[in-house]
Amino acid sequence: MREIDTGLITKEVKRLVMEANYFLPEDVLARLKKMREEEDWELASATLDKILVNAEIAKNDQVAMCQDTGMVVVFVEMGQDVHIVNGSLEDAINQGIREGYEEGYLRKSVVKDPLDRVNTKDNTPGVIHYNIVEGDKLSITEAPKGFGSENMSRIKMLKPAEGLQGVKDFILESVVLAGPNPCPPTVVGVGIGGTFEKAAFLAKHSLMRDMDEYSDNPFYEALEKEMLEEINKLGIGPQGYGGKTTAFKVNIESYPTHIAGLPVAVNINCHAARHKQVIL
Amino acid sequence: MKIQLKTPLTVEDLKDLKAGDDVYITGYIYTARDAAHARLVKLLEEGKELPFDPEGAVIYYVGPAPAKGDRPIGSAGPTTSYRMDSYTPQLLDAGLKGMIGKGKRDQEVVDSIVKNGAVYFGAIGGAAALIAQTVKSSEVIAYEDLGAEAIRKVYVEDFPVTVMNDAKGNDLYKMGRNEYLEWSQK
Repeated sequence: MREIDTGLITKEVKRLVMEANYFLPEDVLARLKKMREEEDWELASATLDKILVNAEIAKNDQVAMCQDTGMVVVFVEMGQDVHIVNGSLEDAINQGIREGYEEGYLRKSVVKDPLDRVNTKDNTPGVIHYNIVEGDKLSITEAPKGFGSENMSRIKMLKPAEGLQGVKDFILESVVLAGPNPCPPTVVGVGIGGTFEKAAFLAKHSLMRDMDEYSDNPFYEALEKEMLEEINKLGIGPQGYGGKTTAFKVNIESYPTHIAGLPVAVNINCHAARHKQVIL
Repeated sequence: MKIQLKTPLTVEDLKDLKAGDDVYITGYIYTARDAAHARLVKLLEEGKELPFDPEGAVIYYVGPAPAKGDRPIGSAGPTTSYRMDSYTPQLLDAGLKGMIGKGKRDQEVVDSIVKNGAVYFGAIGGAAALIAQTVKSSEVIAYEDLGAEAIRKVYVEDFPVTVMNDAKGNDLYKMGRNEYLEWSQK
């Protein structure tokens, strides 16, 4: 058994939440710049320029790139040979969020009860997903998720007869309905299969990929590329002002499902495609 | 063309603006999101005074991040506007002339904008660090208990916005997409 101290986990989560909010990942920046070069509609390229300048200011001043510093989604992959010592893993993660949001001048956007709506004032709790894997490592991926894009999420239990075409139509319809609201250019996450909650989980999990990472299934890789091309023909453009650049990327994850079902979920990320990972 | 506007705004200031125009706003504006809107509309319904004079006012839909060091405000980009739609016509009828946010408005808001000779401006969602640089002062004037959602009186200098819905009923979200598609298919 390898021991990992909760103090180290808190320290790392704190660092990750701050860095994720200040520094747009290099791969996202590179993709933004490339799409800016390929964008020839004036209002669209001017908008992308401002987004690039914003990323530069956030990086240099170490301030949040977006005021919506999100609700923190955490994916934990814990090796089965790891033993967490000195307290609870969940408390350690939430403590890291608490300290990072306080010291990092990040907005506290979480309310304790969805109907009573009193702010917890420290941005906790995060939404934490655990997965037990082989080995003795602990991987923590952290993504502050803004709700401009989160509110545009959709899920549908398609009939198996609707098949591939039904999935394609649902993805495009979701992007059109979202329009300007999720702050395009976006990353479109898609989960296909499993059960109701599994499809939603897959869609969210797919947003953690780097820009140059595609599905390892050649069929879904081709579908990702096809859907991206279709989405960028819609004309929604950066911020919905019109233009070619509506999405950076489409990420699809799939899972076996029931003979009677074809669940499909879409979860969109804004252009501030923030996520950070640490492996302990 | 660089159009500059000073707040408070008048019908005269806004009547020639067209969806798609780039505008730079200077002067005092007020921040408010859903929670503050609910309280403002309740005051109007009770016939009470608002915490700021609505005549010619501009509301910016934003909940800023905390200010770092001696800066007046933290990162401060727009939030999605449709959450304020159900409250907006009453505020427009009370004199509100400008709103800054992001995303489409519903038909009732669009009609009320035309009726009142107002304008809905779009700011770039996510360009929060950039926009914060145009904020010169900020002061909470109501609902401090709402934290980031409190009403702030904010002085902005050359705040860059784009006209989304003008007083004639044009909508950039429709026009921009259609014009681009027409042009790209030529």
